[in-house]
Order: sequence, then structure tokens, then C-alpha cells
Amino acid sequence: MMPILSIMILLPVVAALVVATLPGDEAERASRARVVALATTLVEFAAGIWLWVQFDQTTAAFQFTEDLPLFAPYLTWSLGIDGIALMLIELSVFLMPLCILASWVSVKKRVPEYMAAFLFMEALMIGTFAARDIFLFYLFFEGGLIPMFLIIGIWGGARRIYASYKFFLYTLLGSVVMLVAMLWMVGTAGTTDIAALSRFDFPVDAQFWLFLAFFASFAVKMPMWPVHTWLPDAHVEAPTAGSVILAGVLLKLGGYGFIRFSLPMFPDASAQLIWLVFGLSMVAVVYTSLVALVQQDMKKLIAYSSVAHMAFVTGGLFALNTQGIEGAMVMMLSHGLVSGALFLCVGVIYDRLHTREIGRYGGLADTMPKYAVVLLFFTMASVGLPATSGFVAEFLVLIGMYQTSTWATFVLTTGIILGAAYMLWLYARVAYGKAAGDDTRAMPDLNAREIAILAPIIIVTLWMGIYPKSFQTPMQPAIAQVVARLEGRALATMPTDMTMSPIRSAQIAPAVSTQAHAAEGGH
Amino acid sequence: MHPIFTSIAIAGPETVLTLGSLAALMLGTFTHPAKAVTTTSLFAVAILALAGFTLLDAPAASVWAFDGLYIADAFAAFLKVVILVAAAASVLLALPWLQGRDEDGALRGRFEYPVLMLLATLGLTIMVSANDLLTLYIGLELAALPSYVLAAFARGDSRSAEAGLKYFVLGALASGILLYGITLIYGFSGSTQFDAIAAVVSAQSERSLGLMFGIVFILAGLAFKVSAVPFHMWTPDVYEGAPTPVAAFFSAAPKVAALGLMARVLIVAFPGQAAADWQQILIFIAISSMVLGAVAAVAQSNFKRLLAYSSIANIGFALVGLTPGTPQGITALLFYSVVYAAMTLGSFLVLLQLRRPDGAPVEAMADLAGLSKTQPKLALAMAVFMFSLAGIPPLLGFWPKFAVFQAAIAADLLALAIIGFIASVVAAFYYLRIIKIMYADEPGVVLASEGSAVNGAMIAGAALFCSPIGMLAITPLVAAATTAAAALFPNYIPAG
Repeated sequence: MMPILSIMILLPVVAALVVATLPGDEAERASRARVVALATTLVEFAAGIWLWVQFDQTTAAFQFTEDLPLFAPYLTWSLGIDGIALMLIELSVFLMPLCILASWVSVKKRVPEYMAAFLFMEALMIGTFAARDIFLFYLFFEGGLIPMFLIIGIWGGARRIYASYKFFLYTLLGSVVMLVAMLWMVGTAGTTDIAALSRFDFPVDAQFWLFLAFFASFAVKMPMWPVHTWLPDAHVEAPTAGSVILAGVLLKLGGYGFIRFSLPMFPDASAQLIWLVFGLSMVAVVYTSLVALVQQDMKKLIAYSSVAHMAFVTGGLFALNTQGIEGAMVMMLSHGLVSGALFLCVGVIYDRLHTREIGRYGGLADTMPKYAVVLLFFTMASVGLPATSGFVAEFLVLIGMYQTSTWATFVLTTGIILGAAYMLWLYARVAYGKAAGDDTRAMPDLNAREIAILAPIIIVTLWMGIYPKSFQTPMQPAIAQVVARLEGRALATMPTDMTMSPIRSAQIAPAVSTQAHAAEGGH
Repeated sequence: MHPIFTSIAIAGPETVLTLGSLAALMLGTFTHPAKAVTTTSLFAVAILALAGFTLLDAPAASVWAFDGLYIADAFAAFLKVVILVAAAASVLLALPWLQGRDEDGALRGRFEYPVLMLLATLGLTIMVSANDLLTLYIGLELAALPSYVLAAFARGDSRSAEAGLKYFVLGALASGILLYGITLIYGFSGSTQFDAIAAVVSAQSERSLGLMFGIVFILAGLAFKVSAVPFHMWTPDVYEGAPTPVAAFFSAAPKVAALGLMARVLIVAFPGQAAADWQQILIFIAISSMVLGAVAAVAQSNFKRLLAYSSIANIGFALVGLTPGTPQGITALLFYSVVYAAMTLGSFLVLLQLRRPDGAPVEAMADLAGLSKTQPKLALAMAVFMFSLAGIPPLLGFWPKFAVFQAAIAADLLALAIIGFIASVVAAFYYLRIIKIMYADEPGVVLASEGSAVNGAMIAGAALFCSPIGMLAITPLVAAATTAAAALFPNYIPAG
């Protein structure tokens, strides 16, 4: 069989090398680099679609597996995807061409290097989701720091140096602690295979420490309160496409890590430590929503809203039941689309006025009607209006969490209201009222390229909101496997909670998740 | 055949280097001064290559020579290959510098340079083959004396003279301490030969205070040679003062040899109860080297000083591999030394390749500002070395760190691993700073790239090796290192 995953990883690398060594003068190199990068990412997207079509949605086993003992004795080149990895790969390959298009004119300096960095980024992201060897995962997971550091540090805003250092060192510190835990686990279990490690029963007291070590890395990546502070800085300084990738895909690495490593490998510790995760998620939702309310910088506002949305992801994951985990996964996909799109929307007006200050805008509904509609759509999607992907995600997460902790659900639901508040207020200040100045009034509406970037995201967001089954079905066997691993573990009693029951999967079958029954029957 | 001839045959590389250095001296003397440097340097590289060839038919099993003073085994052979390659690279990379002129217009190059390098390399090869404390000392001194001269090689430069003098005084002190340790060991064990010492040490029922002191003194002397904390003080000054090609040489081959020597002495001569004792000392040395190397480098503005602190930190990481005293750890140490030599030589090579507009060599980090615009290829190579030194996967520099910490964790030295990893995060900061200066800052002085094509090729080779492509070298390299490490543990039975 064709090693499709290896090809998907290596193709962007090759393209990046081509882009970096293109001949010609500066202008020629720039335009060629754009074309090559776009073509490559479109091919990757096509490959992603092919992957989805060929994917067997009925099994939790890894598919498209490849094993090459390339780097023995430390790690093997073993790739493969299950439904969870598949959907995240789809998200990556879907957003990547849009990122390239979004940078088409706004990035003017060092275009070939910029495109090469993005292509490397794509390879590393796909690799992270496709790795079946724990150290291969680490390699891609950490490697992603390098292109992102360069993207923020070279093409970022005024305080880009500070932001890039902070981003790099924060995430690196979290990751090295995880690496120590990985080394210990591999030493104990005697294998680097993720599937085998997921079946290995680590001693319960060791699980506790291992969980915390992985938590150090994933919580920073996620990011969870209180280690979220790198995110607003990184977002504000990153170029638009950098923000899209950061919010769209890189933040998903934390959630992916939780579901791939923490939950199945340390099920007892996960069940025991839900108070920690729920507590941090509750604080995050309320606190970062309030912080988002007072932001003057649009990107910062969306960055804080990302932290709040990610708290839904952690909350859903640690509900430890089918709905919760499924909801968390849908939330990751939905957030990838919606917050990516919101950053693109900010990018659109930033390219025109070169400021992200909310006060400098206003009245865009009059002067830029198309833009106002698009922005309204994504504002609503972010708030979680029914028929958008955000609703499905929030609903599933809350249903899942309600079975585990009513209090946590209550607080997170408050977050939805606060979320509506800051997003709608943002929209009101930007789109309604009077334009802040003549230059604001003179801004042209969306052009064809911008519509071409935003339209696909609108379509997918609606699709995910109206018929989420297409996205849930591939993930369900894999999620059922995780839930099966968690079943029967002793839950910690949360001091603030009213009742606690041992984990049962799929107590309630919500309308949006009819497949939950099938998942339950699967194990 | 008389045993002396057998011994000489076994010590092939040393024999070649001894005769070769004498021949090089003659060659330099009788060649026209204008051509002497180039001719002698190329001759020296040929000698080094020849010495490497004698290793090809090295026996797989350990062989002793000179009445047990000298040992030829897979461990020594592995390290000798690294040393010879690093030394040859150091001779070659110095050529453009040697062919240049001093500020006072005098021809800088003197043919003694490659001759001294050959002699120092001879000392290094003897060090890794030492099976006796006296061989160890002779090897060390033979490597050290030419090094002192090399450090002071730029005669017109007072900083160079200062570096040479400092290196000499502190080196002599360290040698004194080492000798004192040797006498103590001899006094308490009755022998200077490693195996004989090991026999006495293992037979002891109680811990001997004298032996302990001996170990401490020997370790202090060796820690000076590898520039581990707290005997690291000379390193930044010598790196900064010595001519850049010399600093490049110091940073690679002697460090590799001294690490190998340290491994052999500790593992072969002090097993059992004593191992637990030296492990404590090594944990301290490793942690303090990693932490100090990482923290002190943050404030540096001179690139050579930065690389000096970087080498201190790297030695700390490498010693993490030695600390468990297991074959796995020694394998990691050997792997580390190879990759480290490539990374540090590569960084120095890039530095050497650059010239300020006023003709002065590049030393200040600020000079590198905007290098990615003026010299994109060199900047890319430097970025590869920096990310690699910082230990970020998928660059090759990550894997030796991974290997040493894996060995430490396998030996239940979790705290050491955690502190080490955190130190590596601190260290990442200053490596990133170089990348930031090259890629994010605006160009200040426009640096010219001048230097030989040979150096350019070496940079490309080293960068390729340190890049993710170099990961393909992991399997053969670690296999060779495993064989080499096994030679130190003839009676080792893996647990479980």
C-alpha cells in the first residue's frame, strides 16, 4: 500500500526546501514561493480528503499504518491514524491553504522563508497526529516550536521578540517535564508504541506523577489557566496566518495529548484528578471571559476567548464519558474553524487600517456590509448559536459534564453567557455605531480573495452545526475505546459537588449524538 | 618477536602520530617559509588519516600492550576515530587563518601550528588508551603542553598570551592535583594499573578513606580537563583569548578524549562500592555544570565566551551519561561526544568563515545581527547548530541529550534528569538569542564571507549531520557506541 502518511509528511518538507532555494530576483522568488506553497497545501488537502474517504469508520484500530525501524534504538518511524487523529489532520490540511492565501499580500518581506516555515509547520503538525511511536510524537510535537518561533519572531508585530521567546520557553519547559515521564514510562513498559502503552497498566501511584508531568506540557499547550499567559502575547504579535495556525491547530495539540496519552494511559489518575482539571477549567472560563470583556485589542480578545473555549475542551475530556469526550473533540474542531476564521476577519481589517484597536473601528455594517455579515456569522458561531458547530460542541460537553459534576457544568454554562457578552459587544463596537474616522469609513469591502478564504470555513462550520454526524462518526470507535479504558475507575469526590456516580458511558442519548448508542454497543 | 615490537604494532595510531609529527617538523623546517604552513598542514591531515587507517584492522577483543600500560579496545578505537576526525577538521579549519597576516603585517602562519596539533592529538589518543594512571598522566601532559602553546599562538596579541599563561598556570595546578591523587591511589592500593586497582577496591570490605581522597583528587584533575564546574574558570577566558581556530580545537577533540578517559578510569578502576562514591561526586559536577553553563551564558555578549559556557553545560549533560556507570550510559556518553564535537566545530567554523568589514574576526554576538539577510547560508547553518545545541527535536542534538537522560532515568536518577532538562530550557534561551539576532534583527555591520571552500564544505557537512537528516545516522552510530561501551564492561550481565 502507498505510504500515504509518510508522503503527507514529507511532501511539505520537500516543497519547503524547493521554496527556500527558488531562483530569480526577490519579486520572482516571492511570487513563485506563494504558488508552490499554495499548490502543495492544496495537494495535501486533497490527500487529506482521500484519507477520509478511504478511512474505515467502524474500527478503533490505527489505519494506514507504516513501520520503519529507521532510528533504532531510540524510536521507530511508525505512523497510523485513528478517527481522532484523522479529524485533526483534516482540520490542519483544511486550514493550511487558507493560511497561505491569507498571507498572499500581507506578508511582504522574506516571502520564500515565510512559506517554507509554514510548510515545515504543516509537516510537523501532520506528523504529530500521525505518530504511533511516543518519541516520534514528541519529536513532531516539539519540532513545531521551531517554525512557530520563527514565524512570530520574524514576521510578527512590534513586541514579537518577547512573544516568541515566551511562547518557545513556556512550551519547552512544559514539554521537557513530559519527556522525563515518557522516558520513565518507556523504561517501565518496555515499548515506545502508543497503542501498547495505552493498554499497559501503570502502577496507580506512578500514574499520579506521570499524569502531572504530561499535564505540565498539555496544560501549557492547551493553554489552561494559569499557564495561558503566553497565548495572548503570541497571538497579538503573530502575523494573521500564524494566529490561525496557532489557534486552529497548535492549541489542539494539548487536547489531542490528553485524549491520546493522559486518559488512556493514566485512567486512574485522570479519574482521581478531575477536581484539578474541572477547577482550572471553571476558573478559566469565568476569569478569561471577564478578561476578554475589557480588551481593547481584537486579537487579544479572541485569544482570551480561545482560552475559555479550551476550558470547555478540558471540561468535556475530563467528564470521562462518551458525550463529554466527543463534545471536546467537536469543540476542538469547531474552535479551530471559528477562531481561525475570527483571526482571519481581524486580519482583513488589520490589512486595511494596520491597527487592531477596537476603538478605531465602528460602523463597518454600513461601509463593509459583506464583511459585517461574515463577522456576524463567526461571532455567532463562537457564541454557540444553534446550527453552527459551536452549539453542537458546547451542548455535548455540557451534557457529558453534567453526569460527572453539576457544579462544574453550572459554572461553564455561565461562561457561555459571558462569551456571548464579550463577542456581541465586540461585534457591536466594530460593526455598529459610527465609523471612528475617515480612514475607517474608506475601507473597501471584502475582495474576492478574502471571500474565497472565508467562504469554505462558513460552509464547514454550518455543516458541522447542522449535520455533525459526518465529523463524529469517524471518531466514535476511538472515543469508545478511550471510554472503555476509563470505565469503572474510582472518581474523586469534588468538595463542591452534590452527587458523584462512577463513570457510565452514554447515560443520555442527546439528539445531536445519536451515534453514542452505537459507540456504546461497540465495546 | 620481542614484546616491544608487538606493543608498537598494537599502538598503531600512536606510532603513526609520533613518527608523523617528527616528519612534519622536518618537513616544515625544510620547506620554503611561504609554503611551509600549507604543506605541513596538509601533511598533518594525511598523518591523521593514516593514523585512522591503522584503526581499521583493530582487533575486536581488548588487547594490552606495554606490560598493561596501554589498552587497545573498541572503546578506545571509537574515541580515537572521533578525536582524529575532530583534529583533522581543526587543522583544516585553521588554514585560512594561518595563511592570513597579523595586524602588524607579519605572516601569521608558522608551520609549528600543525605540528603542535599533531603532538596534542597524540596525547589525546594516549589518554583514551590509558590503562594505567601513569599512562593517563603522560597522555594528559602530552596533550596539555602543546595546547598551552597553541593558546598563546597569536604572538602579537596580548589576549592570546594571557590565555596561554592562564591556561598553563591553572593546567599545571590541575596536573598537580591529579598527580597527588595518583600517589594517594598508589599508596592505598599498591598499584597504578587500573585492573590491579579494581581488584584491590573490590576486595575491600570497608570504604578506604585514602582511596576516597584519591578518587576525589583524580576527579578534580580530570574535571579541570573537561572544564566541568567547579574547575571551569579557565574555559571562557581561554576560549575568548585564544585564536578562534585554537578555541575550536579545544572545544572538540580534547573534551572528547578527557570524557573518555574519565569514563575508563572510573568504570574500570573503581567498581563496586567506590562506584557509589564517585557517582555522588559526578552528580554534583554534572548538575552544577549544566546549571552554571546555562545560567552564566545568558549574560554573555562575546560569542566565543558563549560557546565556552555552552561547552561547560554540554560537558555537564555528557557527564549525566557517565553517572549511572552502566553500558547504556556510556553508550549515550559516546554518542553525545560525537554529536557535540560536530555541533561545536560547526559553530566555530561559521564564526571563522565571517569577517568584519575592517578585516577583524567576528567575536561580538551583535556583529551577527541580520546575518540571515547578508549571509543566508551561513546563518541557516548557524541556526541549525544553535537549535541542535539547544536540543530541540527533530535536530540531531536532541538525541544525545535524550540518550543520556534515558540512561539516567533507567538508573533511577530522576532528579538528575529533571534538573538537567530544566537547565536545557534555560540554555535554550541563549541559543535562541543567537537565532533572534541573526533572523529578527536588522543588519548592522555587513559581514563578508571569506574562508576556504574546504571550510564551507565542512560547515555544510556538519550542518547536514546536525539537521534532521542526521537522524539517519543514529542507528549506525549508536550501534558502534554500544560495541565500544561494551568493551568497558567485560563481565557485565544486563539486569532482568
